[in-house]
Amino acid sequence: MAETAEPAARRISSVYLVIIIVTFLLSVSALFYAADALSKNQNLSAGYFTLIGSIGLALSVYMLLQTQRKPSRVTFEMPRVITTILCQKCGFKNIRDFQRGDYIFKEAEPCPKCNEKMMIASIYHEVKEKERLG
Amino acid sequence: MVPQVSQLLPGGDNIIAWIFQLVFYALFVAFIFYGQRIQMYIMLREIESRLARLKFIRDEGRKMAISTIKEIGKPQEDPMERVDRFLEYIAIAPQSMDPAGIVWKLEHVLDVRDTRFKDEVKLMAPEADEAQLNNLENTLEAALALNIIYKVIRHFYLLGKKTLSLYIIMQLQMVLPLIMREAEAYASALKAFATGQPIGDGAGALVAAKLMHGHEKRRIAKDIVAATVPIEGRIAHVLKSEGPGGNVGKPGEGIRQIIEETEGKIAAIVMVDAALKFEGEKPGDVAEGVGVAIGGPGVDQFKIEESVLKYKIPVNAVIVKEDIGDAVSPMRKEIFDAADTVIQRIKRLILERTKAGDLVIIAGIGNTIGIGQ
Repeated sequence: MAETAEPAARRISSVYLVIIIVTFLLSVSALFYAADALSKNQNLSAGYFTLIGSIGLALSVYMLLQTQRKPSRVTFEMPRVITTILCQKCGFKNIRDFQRGDYIFKEAEPCPKCNEKMMIASIYHEVKEKERLG
Repeated sequence: MVPQVSQLLPGGDNIIAWIFQLVFYALFVAFIFYGQRIQMYIMLREIESRLARLKFIRDEGRKMAISTIKEIGKPQEDPMERVDRFLEYIAIAPQSMDPAGIVWKLEHVLDVRDTRFKDEVKLMAPEADEAQLNNLENTLEAALALNIIYKVIRHFYLLGKKTLSLYIIMQLQMVLPLIMREAEAYASALKAFATGQPIGDGAGALVAAKLMHGHEKRRIAKDIVAATVPIEGRIAHVLKSEGPGGNVGKPGEGIRQIIEETEGKIAAIVMVDAALKFEGEKPGDVAEGVGVAIGGPGVDQFKIEESVLKYKIPVNAVIVKEDIGDAVSPMRKEIFDAADTVIQRIKRLILERTKAGDLVIIAGIGNTIGIGQ
């Protein structure tokens, strides 16, 4: 079972928006000057403006995307728990999902093979972990 | 542009270069004077997002507790108000200026708290049986723990914001990853408690249950059952909290009872409990040593230590390693499988440390939720 909740929509502050716009405009201008400098064979200035313009552009786009990004969904996950019912006589095993009321050593339904009363032998959940150190 | 000034700018005589230069200097000055404040706002933002998650977990816990009470207890009236009151419960620890006798005072406070909780749960869920009442109590306690975690973090967050104290905010930000782990562990415990699934903390109880299964049991102390089990030619008094409801009982009282009944003629005590592992260790690893392996507020540990000291009984500990998340969430397979390893260790231990015909006590410590006997 996994329940989710949507946090309230994020509000964007006007100061933040102004910073983004100014950075964006300055970056575009820098790129424009870089092109102009290149046409005049001022390679050093062109390189300098291209660098500043690209960084500023990337920064403003990143900031803009951050404001548009949907807040991550908060999840409340429940692990899958397995109950194993075992026949003590013939060893027949019935594995199913945990049900409310199950407990270890609880007597369960009769064995379909030998009709002996079965018992809950284990209740656990298996964790599939990523490869980890140590 | 004045030639000397324009030389400072790589773009030479143009306005954009000037603006860039000014922005650069402005940023430089801003970081000199407001760097710490900017850092603080970044930290506050991070705390805020985690606080929102804590609030969500707390609210979900409350909702789950209420729905479980409605489902199991079938109350006549809406239990919401009662649950909300329960989530605000406090227990005041005894005064420790004069520490003599504080254990008994603490035990009394804990007993009163326990009785009060049980009575409250009975009123909330009149149709629930004994095991379900215990499970509901555990569920509510997990919800209560989440509420306290949320409130404490919110308190320090607001305090830090109000005072703009970097040190409060920084400490909170540093400790939050660990707090979040704990809160998430309680969140997963809620479901386990609500449905009665065994949890990692029940490793000791599981070992005792496996040993005493099929033998006659008797209740020897509050919520503690014991059985006399022959193991490797020795007579073992195996005890655990009474399942399958969520319960830790009073194992200290149980062990003291057996020691007194046998007039201290116990060759060894073996205590089995779940213990916190170090990062890098595997959950379900088994380790052994000496001493009273038991957690909680310390009352039971104190009682056992008093009893064993009186008769000079050696106490051995076998622990099953797990992290805080495993301890309160549904029992992992590795921890379940560790029970058999522990039983082998106990057998080897009593073969090596005791003689044939000796009396030993094997105590399975921990919450027995979802584990019968």
